[in-house]
Amino acid sequence: MNFLTDPINFIANWLGNLLLSFGMSQTLVTVILKFIGAGLVGTFGFSLVIFTIWLERKLYGRIQDRLGPNRVGPWGIFQTFPDMIKIFTKEYITPIGVDKIVYNLAPILSVSAVLLTWAVIPFAPTIVGTDVNVGVLYLVAVGSIGALGIILAGWSSNNKYSLLGAFRAVAQVVSYEVPMVLALLIPVLLGQSMGVNSLVNAQNVWFIILSPVAALIFFTSSLAETGRAPFDLLEAESELVAGYQTEYSGLKFGMFYVGEFLHAFTISALMAALFLGGWRGPWVEQVPILGVAYFFIKTFIVYFVVVLIRISMPRLRIDQMLDFNWKFLTPLALVLLIVTAIVEKAFIILVPSLQLMEVGVPWVRAGVHLLMNIIVVWITIQLLKSHRIKAVRVVAKPRPIAVAPEPPASVIS
Amino acid sequence: MQSDWLFIGLFLLIVALFPGAPIFLAGLIGPHKSSIPKAQTYECGLETVGETWVQFRVQYYIFALTFLVFDVELVFLFPWAVAFGQLSMFGVLSGVIFILILFAELLAAWRKGVLEWA
Repeated sequence: MNFLTDPINFIANWLGNLLLSFGMSQTLVTVILKFIGAGLVGTFGFSLVIFTIWLERKLYGRIQDRLGPNRVGPWGIFQTFPDMIKIFTKEYITPIGVDKIVYNLAPILSVSAVLLTWAVIPFAPTIVGTDVNVGVLYLVAVGSIGALGIILAGWSSNNKYSLLGAFRAVAQVVSYEVPMVLALLIPVLLGQSMGVNSLVNAQNVWFIILSPVAALIFFTSSLAETGRAPFDLLEAESELVAGYQTEYSGLKFGMFYVGEFLHAFTISALMAALFLGGWRGPWVEQVPILGVAYFFIKTFIVYFVVVLIRISMPRLRIDQMLDFNWKFLTPLALVLLIVTAIVEKAFIILVPSLQLMEVGVPWVRAGVHLLMNIIVVWITIQLLKSHRIKAVRVVAKPRPIAVAPEPPASVIS
Repeated sequence: MQSDWLFIGLFLLIVALFPGAPIFLAGLIGPHKSSIPKAQTYECGLETVGETWVQFRVQYYIFALTFLVFDVELVFLFPWAVAFGQLSMFGVLSGVIFILILFAELLAAWRKGVLEWA
């Protein structure tokens, strides 16, 4: 290990040895180092949002044929700082009759739930907040706290629109967690580990090639979890004023904003880590710091897709959205899990464990899984088609609203 | 192992501090000019009628209950998926049967009309 290939661990080691040489106990040194590490990861995640807000506003502007922010700094890149200063000096307007404790707790909870996810995301082979062996379970657990923040915000505001927003959160954010957890089971099954870093390690072939359907289910349902544009029923501004955040002002509102943008970036990072091979790339074994670059390239590609979807899709109706979740995504994910389990087991039995190390074998395994995925998708499409024809037959009975006009008499010239 | 969870414990503190501290500071900096008209509940500009915390549609609650059933049972599948490599064919098949039971639950809920939004 030297400074150029792995600077962060080099500095951590140096600092640890320095503190030990001061005569501190090993435990205290560990606590201090972990505290610094946690502070760094948190600061990094929190300050990333300054950049992503600018990026998203710029993209939004360009797609709508506007310039977007372009005054402060080159290409308006520092636009977020004046906005932050402005929102920092705003008054908190607390309406009459709110549930004070819950009302103030909700914005903190909605940011910290998202930020907590960053503890287990591996940036490079050696640079990871913490590699707990139940990382995926931790992700699931932390993910549900975010929904709790929204529900608390809506409930405590003493406002009927906010309350409706919170109820929608119960129906939407909470429902979409089921296919998300199911889709998370598939990388766990393929990598046979729950640690996020070891899942990245297991991706000799990216999991998106092994199981594109699981990747798509995970992507869609975590997009719904963020509560952004195609799924923004929680704050549908044409129906519910601003949904659960109607009664918030100043920085408390700003924190919901930060939480939402950070959540969008976090799901891109999770997508990159769990399905797109995370930090994997050429020469990453020799130079671990390269992994950070690979990881963020992949994350930003996914993030770009997330923003594009937000910009270009109209809002769904709530019954369509719940039908899509419970009658399409969940059964599909269940079937896919069964198919993946059986195929994987058959593969392990048919190919003796010695041969698993050979070069071509991971690709054969990927091919078999991909084939089964395609078959599942094909069957699903056939089922949907047969269902759609029935639906069309019921609906398409023309009912004349007015009697058709008489054909005009031939024109006399 | 323990130091991993130490990290998460410290991270919990820091993560609560990151949004909490600015909110507190902004409360000190910002103006305090509250008045009764300003602090009214905002609903379309009309005065609010009746209580907010009233009975609501049962459908939201039913969806939450369905979610609860699924989420609790799905957590049991994680150990199965982790130990997948060492499992015998019997172990794998019992896992598959567990998933099939989940599927049957989904179909039962579907038939009962729990999943309809009407």
